[in-house]
Amino acid sequence: MQDAYERCVYLERLGLFGCVQCGKCTAGCPINYVTTQEEPFNIRRLVYDVLNAPGEELASEKHFLWQCTTCGTCSLRCPKDIKPRDVVMNLRSILVEDGTLPPAIRDVLKSISINYNPWSLGKEKRAEWYKGLELKDASEAELCLYVGCTPAFDSRLQKLARSAVAILQKLGIDFGIFGTEEICCGNEIRRLGDTWSFDALREANTELFNGCENIRQVMTLSPHCWNTFRNEYPGLKAEVLHYSIFLARQLASGALKPAKEFAKRVVYHDPCFLGKQNEIYDEPRALLKSIPGIDFVEFDRNRENSLCCEGGGGRMWIEIEHAPERLANIRVRDAVEMGADVIAVACPFCLLTLEDAVKAMDLEGKVQVMDILEIINTTI
Amino acid sequence: MASKRIGVYICHCGVNIAQNVRIDDLRAFAAGLPGVRVAQNYMYMCSEPGQEMIRKDIAENRLDRIVVVACSPRMHEPTFRNAMKSAGLNPYCLEMANIREQCAWVHKDADVATAKAKSLLAAAVTKVSLLEPLEEREVPVTKTAMVIGGGIAGIQAALDIADSGFKTYLVEKDASIGGHMMQLDKTFPTLDCSACILTPKMADIKNHPNIELLAYSEVTDVKGFVGNFKVTVKRKPRYIDENICNACGSCAKYCAIAIKDSFNAGLSKLQALHIPFPQAIPAAYVIDPLACRYTREGTCRQCEQVCKDLNAINLDMQEHSIELDVGTMIMATGFEPFDANRKPELGYGRYENVITGMEFERIVSASGPNQGQLLINGKKPKEVVFIQCVGSRDKTVGNEYCSRVCCMYTAKHAHLVREKLPDAKITIFYIDVRAFGKGYEEFYDRVKGEEVYYRRGNVSEVYRKGDKLICRGEDTLLGQALEVPADLVVLAVGLEPSPGARELGQLLKLSKSPDGFFLEGHPKLRPVETGSDGVFLAGCCQGPKDIPDTVAQAGAAAAKAIIPLAQGMVKTETMVARVRAEACRACGYCVDACPYDAIALGEVRLGRATKTAAVVNEVLCKSCGACSAVCLSGAIQQSGFTDDQLLAVIGAIGKEY
Ligand SMILES: Cc1cc2nc3c(=O)[nH]c(=O)nc-3n(C[C@H](O)[C@H](O)[C@H](O)COP(=O)(O)OP(=O)(O)OC[C@H]3O[C@@H](n4cnc5c(N)ncnc54)[C@H](O)[C@@H]3O)c2cc1C
Ligand code: SF4
Ligand code: SF4
Ligand code: SF4
Ligand code: SF4
Repeated sequence: MQDAYERCVYLERLGLFGCVQCGKCTAGCPINYVTTQEEPFNIRRLVYDVLNAPGEELASEKHFLWQCTTCGTCSLRCPKDIKPRDVVMNLRSILVEDGTLPPAIRDVLKSISINYNPWSLGKEKRAEWYKGLELKDASEAELCLYVGCTPAFDSRLQKLARSAVAILQKLGIDFGIFGTEEICCGNEIRRLGDTWSFDALREANTELFNGCENIRQVMTLSPHCWNTFRNEYPGLKAEVLHYSIFLARQLASGALKPAKEFAKRVVYHDPCFLGKQNEIYDEPRALLKSIPGIDFVEFDRNRENSLCCEGGGGRMWIEIEHAPERLANIRVRDAVEMGADVIAVACPFCLLTLEDAVKAMDLEGKVQVMDILEIINTTI
Repeated sequence: MASKRIGVYICHCGVNIAQNVRIDDLRAFAAGLPGVRVAQNYMYMCSEPGQEMIRKDIAENRLDRIVVVACSPRMHEPTFRNAMKSAGLNPYCLEMANIREQCAWVHKDADVATAKAKSLLAAAVTKVSLLEPLEEREVPVTKTAMVIGGGIAGIQAALDIADSGFKTYLVEKDASIGGHMMQLDKTFPTLDCSACILTPKMADIKNHPNIELLAYSEVTDVKGFVGNFKVTVKRKPRYIDENICNACGSCAKYCAIAIKDSFNAGLSKLQALHIPFPQAIPAAYVIDPLACRYTREGTCRQCEQVCKDLNAINLDMQEHSIELDVGTMIMATGFEPFDANRKPELGYGRYENVITGMEFERIVSASGPNQGQLLINGKKPKEVVFIQCVGSRDKTVGNEYCSRVCCMYTAKHAHLVREKLPDAKITIFYIDVRAFGKGYEEFYDRVKGEEVYYRRGNVSEVYRKGDKLICRGEDTLLGQALEVPADLVVLAVGLEPSPGARELGQLLKLSKSPDGFFLEGHPKLRPVETGSDGVFLAGCCQGPKDIPDTVAQAGAAAAKAIIPLAQGMVKTETMVARVRAEACRACGYCVDACPYDAIALGEVRLGRATKTAAVVNEVLCKSCGACSAVCLSGAIQQSGFTDDQLLAVIGAIGKEY
């Protein structure tokens, strides 16, 4: 157990003394939304508990800590600028240090230290997505296309990575990839509380990127990768951009001109790591709205009010028990009610969770989930 | 220089200083310093017995220099100067060493604190022996006041000053006085009709022989100093002569251009040619040049035709400026409601039935767009939700403060809903209820008793479900998230400083507190004064407050503003910059450096010859020292802080004791 002084420092570092128990964090929390009244996930209550009991004691009892998607809504809504999400990450760190982890999480962290990816796959498997493509090595180009682990390994998401390649080639942009040398960005790892592995990944990535003098810009497919590169990699020399920002710039300069029709009703789902956490709302919309023939519509809950899809914060690997309904289902149902043909996303995780929901709800003929990259690629 | 006879007085400040600085050591040390004739210590030097000790020693030991070793001079320098004056000593032969804030309070270790106190004491003794007696001077006062801002604060202050017999200008930027209070329906906690208690005061402004109302006007420049300000006021063109117009309103019927009615919080429309509201003072119409077809496109002039007989309309009216001499000024620029668009998650601007508290006031007001009927999209709302603390107590929008009135106005609003819609379900989300004023807790109790559900916790987001809005918050007493459906959501927006107050504050060199409102002279003891002599604060420009506090503060500001006018003379700064003309090379650096325009180059006599040198206007000089810091020749020196004195202080501090 921490002594009083250490405890104070710990609480002060998290800024928890300022909490006024307003409950805005809990009321905005998507996981509170889906957990039951009997066993609620209540982040406000957690902040209060941490204030009143040592973090370590608390962490050991809180198996539900793994439910948080680290979407950041709580931190965004908190009027006292407390970061309740960081409390979750801190407590998870204690669990990681103690080694009291659910098996699924343990596997992810183990794979990171062995394979430098969370998917327990050998690094040579990273070559799968670009089979048959002639691509430059990242060190030889100004733009590095960073695909990230999940799009590299997942067969559905590999299409995403290939769409990105196709778009960049059509735009005539000089770019390269790290191929099998690419390693995990560590965003999810940090969110799972493994700050030690994250530090190792950060060091390795920083060395890799900074070692290639030609690289001016890095374009990521996932807002999760972009988030950590942007906010947690202080030593990176290159400018890192999520593809939506990169392509919105191409659009503004006139280089990118979607010409073919995409005559569908499209609703855009804001990914938390792009929107709520990094305030990118307009760029993805600009891209979609530039497409001829598109019938662009908005969810009632959009932008700052968007609903999390439950894909982040390690939730790719762990399921919530007893959840009455998945958020992704709510999202899909809303889209269908609006008569949308396509739910557009700008994040590989959102794509997987929403597509799963479409399948689970037997709505495959009715609505389709597509990444903006895929849509754009069909129009140029 | 004859040797000085110095008295040193060390204060314990109760235990504040004594518990961490060894007073006896310090006194013995002081007694051994050159020139020190008396060294004493006392529990509270600022108390009457403490001051008496100094006065007695001056008389008995013929002391001519005093050092007080105590707290910050900010508070008590005037105290000790007065004590010296009453004992016949020049009050500028005083030096204070601050061993409370700079030693006792900041060092944990008594040895360290005591050693530092010795250095500061020695430096003060060194400096005091180099000080010269200074003369205080007085100049006559322009016996006129100016109040800026015509809300309830400005109205009350202007009436009070005028009643005491002094001419008062009231400058209001809008076309009518009245401010936000005029927009309110009823006022908590007594539920008086706001307009009914305000309009008589507005009429008094118009009819008072000592008040000159300058509506539709703005202050654009301020020069001078307390007692003798020169203020430039820009008079914006109304395009209608307020002295001729009898507010018959015939002209407005012919104006085809519609604009948002800002008095009704934008909820209704009026013409480009309009009167802001029926009880407006000046009771005259005005034309909005941004909307008027003639001022924008050069054609129309319909209205002029209508008013041919009176000929009050003059579309060629030009903006002009006037310069006014005033002795004192009161700032009463009020507040602006928080812009709810800055909290997008609450749905304002996205859903029509999410409104602000100010919009609610207009909707329920009998003079409002619905003649007082509470209708949303033509229907009576069945479920009404209020959300408190919107834009207040919220670091994410930079407003850490509590806006103080929104708890109570929300209670008032809930009461008004209950009065108009007996069957409505009323829910109020709150973090804390602050019912601090007289009769406020009682009012809060009463409102709760009217079947108003107070839920402890705040709303995180508002979204649509079917034809209802859902307010999702947590009831933190239950520890459960809560979804309350609503037909009407009212946001209790907080108060922010009025946007125009910023430039005005710069003109008058007023400081702001971290919350952005004007900073008072001292939070407890000088609550209506400012750092600029002769400028006082009233109402919400100093911080959010309700009407009772606003009126009380306006009265206090008026009383303070009257003092110099009644005295007829004001003291000018004593420790002013002085120029040694023989050393001045007329480079003019000091002229540029002076923020108060107190220095100019001029011809001065040096013996029989004349030469060009810097000349200080001692009345304007504020003793800031900017000039002496830039002067390369050491020709300009600030009295009481000359280079010699400061170098001696540095030398004394550098020594080991
Ligand atoms: C929704 C709401 C409901 C409220 N209900 C109540 C209630 O029931 N009871 C109660 O006691 N209090 C209530 N209040 C508080 C009350 O409105 C204030 O206490 C009061 O209006 C403060 O008056 P003021 O003169 O300081 O400011 P204001 O009313 O803001 O007046 C300031 C005036 O200065 C003018 N001005 C601004 N800048 C300049 C400039 N640069 N030059 C010239 N003129 C300028 C403005 O045009 C305005 O006329 C309520 C407030 C709100 C927002
Ligand atoms: S939103 Fe912030 S202040 Fe409110 S309960 Fe949560 S952590 Fe505390
Ligand atoms: S980060 Fe998101 S899921 Fe986690 S506690 Fe905060 S609001 Fe809930
Ligand atoms: S007065 Fe009440 S509603 Fe307004 S900011 Fe303060 S606590 Fe919140
Ligand atoms: S001290 Fe010098 S710079 Fe400051 S106000 Fe006086 S003349 Fe101006």
